[in-house]
Amino acid sequence: MAAAVNVDGCNKMIEFRSVNKWYGDFHVLKDIDLDIEAGQRVVICGPSGSGKSTLIRCINRLEEHQQGEILVEGEVLGDNPVANALIRRKVGMVFQQFNLFPHLTALDNCTLGPIKALGMSRAEAQERARAQLERVKIPEQADKFPQALSGGQQQRVAIARSLCMEPDVMLFDEPTSALDPEMIAEVLDTMIELADSGMTMICVTHEMGFAKTVADTIMFMDEGRIVEAAAPEKFFNSPDSARTRKFLDQILIH
Amino acid sequence: MIDRGAQFELTRNRPWWRGTTFDIVSFILGCVFLAWIVYRGAASMGYNWQWYRVPQYIYKVVDGEFIWGALMRGLMVTLEIALYSAVLMIVIGLVTTLLRLSRSFSGNLLATIYLEIIRNTPLLVQMFVFYFVIGPIFGIDRFWVAVLGLAFFEGAFAAEIIRAGILSVPKGQWEAANATGLGPVAIYRRVVLPQAIPLMLPPMTGLLVNLIKNSAIVSVIAVFDLTTEGRNIIADTYMSFEIWFTVALIYLSITIPLSLFVGMLERRVQQRS
Ligand SMILES: Nc1ncnc2c1ncn2[C@@H]1O[C@H](COP(=O)(O)OP(=O)(O)OP(=O)(O)O)[C@@H](O)[C@H]1O
Ligand SMILES: [Mg+2]
Repeated sequence: MAAAVNVDGCNKMIEFRSVNKWYGDFHVLKDIDLDIEAGQRVVICGPSGSGKSTLIRCINRLEEHQQGEILVEGEVLGDNPVANALIRRKVGMVFQQFNLFPHLTALDNCTLGPIKALGMSRAEAQERARAQLERVKIPEQADKFPQALSGGQQQRVAIARSLCMEPDVMLFDEPTSALDPEMIAEVLDTMIELADSGMTMICVTHEMGFAKTVADTIMFMDEGRIVEAAAPEKFFNSPDSARTRKFLDQILIH
Repeated sequence: MIDRGAQFELTRNRPWWRGTTFDIVSFILGCVFLAWIVYRGAASMGYNWQWYRVPQYIYKVVDGEFIWGALMRGLMVTLEIALYSAVLMIVIGLVTTLLRLSRSFSGNLLATIYLEIIRNTPLLVQMFVFYFVIGPIFGIDRFWVAVLGLAFFEGAFAAEIIRAGILSVPKGQWEAANATGLGPVAIYRRVVLPQAIPLMLPPMTGLLVNLIKNSAIVSVIAVFDLTTEGRNIIADTYMSFEIWFTVALIYLSITIPLSLFVGMLERRVQQRS
């Protein structure tokens, strides 16, 4: 693959150019324009059904958009399945429901991608997988199957699984929403460390504490539009939009 | 964590009167009852039982040498046909399923036409079409005509089982596999099929039982399977009662262990939930 440095010199990771998407008649993404640079950490929040999941799932083409262009590291997303598989190897994704492979151990969950998608040897892949499991602080769970792990551990395995592909950007879709409260912190800590390591991250979450610590941009989505995008300071203290303020009032109260 | 409930709907919560064990017990009782009626009926017909002549059709010892009888040779042919058809049936089922699940319009159409034709015509007619039309056109001998005919018939049911198995793998598994950048082959081989196959095994084994039973139809195209051998012996000896009972018993000796095996597999699948 060609190196992903843009003509104008700045290192654009992800671009949306007037992207529109419909589910049948339902207009789910409306004129989305977006620039995310390497190293940026974006948190997306917004009410249920506002299109947050859809937006980030368009980035690795789990969903198709109908209008506009999405570029990942300068490459336009299209219908070519081979090109899409190549892009997906550079874009890690962590799901709300973990989606670990239940028939594989934690270690094998982590080595599958490197072996089958990157053509790595088993030994090499296992070494990498152990290093990533170490990084998410569960090296001792490597040989367990997912159902033997707690939710928090499963989600950390899922993060390690993504990291094993050495992605350039990580997408998180409400990674802590399916967790029991006592396990949220361990997953957030893992994500904070990941952010500190310089990873480009796009994270759908309502964990505003996490957003304040980690994000350099917080975006508020409503009814398929990006209503507000600002640095945390401005976002929390003086948002431009009344809808953002109302949303913040609602989620910060409880 | 992952909702696997729906997958087990087929085998879970089955009342006792639909379980495999009850099937077998009631089957044996039924057999005993039938045997009694038959013996009474045969006696009133003055039927001349000649059971002592049957063993030679199972095996003979000639000059100290052991030789399988005609019925056993027929059984071998039946099993051979069943084995080849079973392999082919799975291939056909898999290809049909992939065509149906693909986004290709012509692939979908092809699979649908195949399934509808097979489901809506008698097996006997399908066998004749293979024997009188497809066989001569491609110069296929009758043994392989039999194998093809059966495989295409059972393949339609295999497709249904494979499809149900594949669709029971949660969407999130596909998404995780796709998001990892795996290609379609790796997704099926490493993620989807390992989860789907344990669910497909019990109904597939049931289908194998069906295949063995249905293979009797090849006697209409004069393939020397168990049923044909039975018919031939009866033509020579007029021992219709003894031979048909023996033939049925031989089929049962193959299909009952398989059916028990299905029951065992189903229980294992249940336990895993
Ligand atoms: N496959 C689909 N087909 C039809 N409509 C869909 C589909 N997926 C999502 N939608 C609809 O699109 C809208 C946006 O969905 P999306 O999942 O992106 O919302 P979200 O912002 O992530 O919400 P949540 O906070 O509940 O996860 C919702 O109204 C949803 O009902
Ligand atoms: Mg969502």
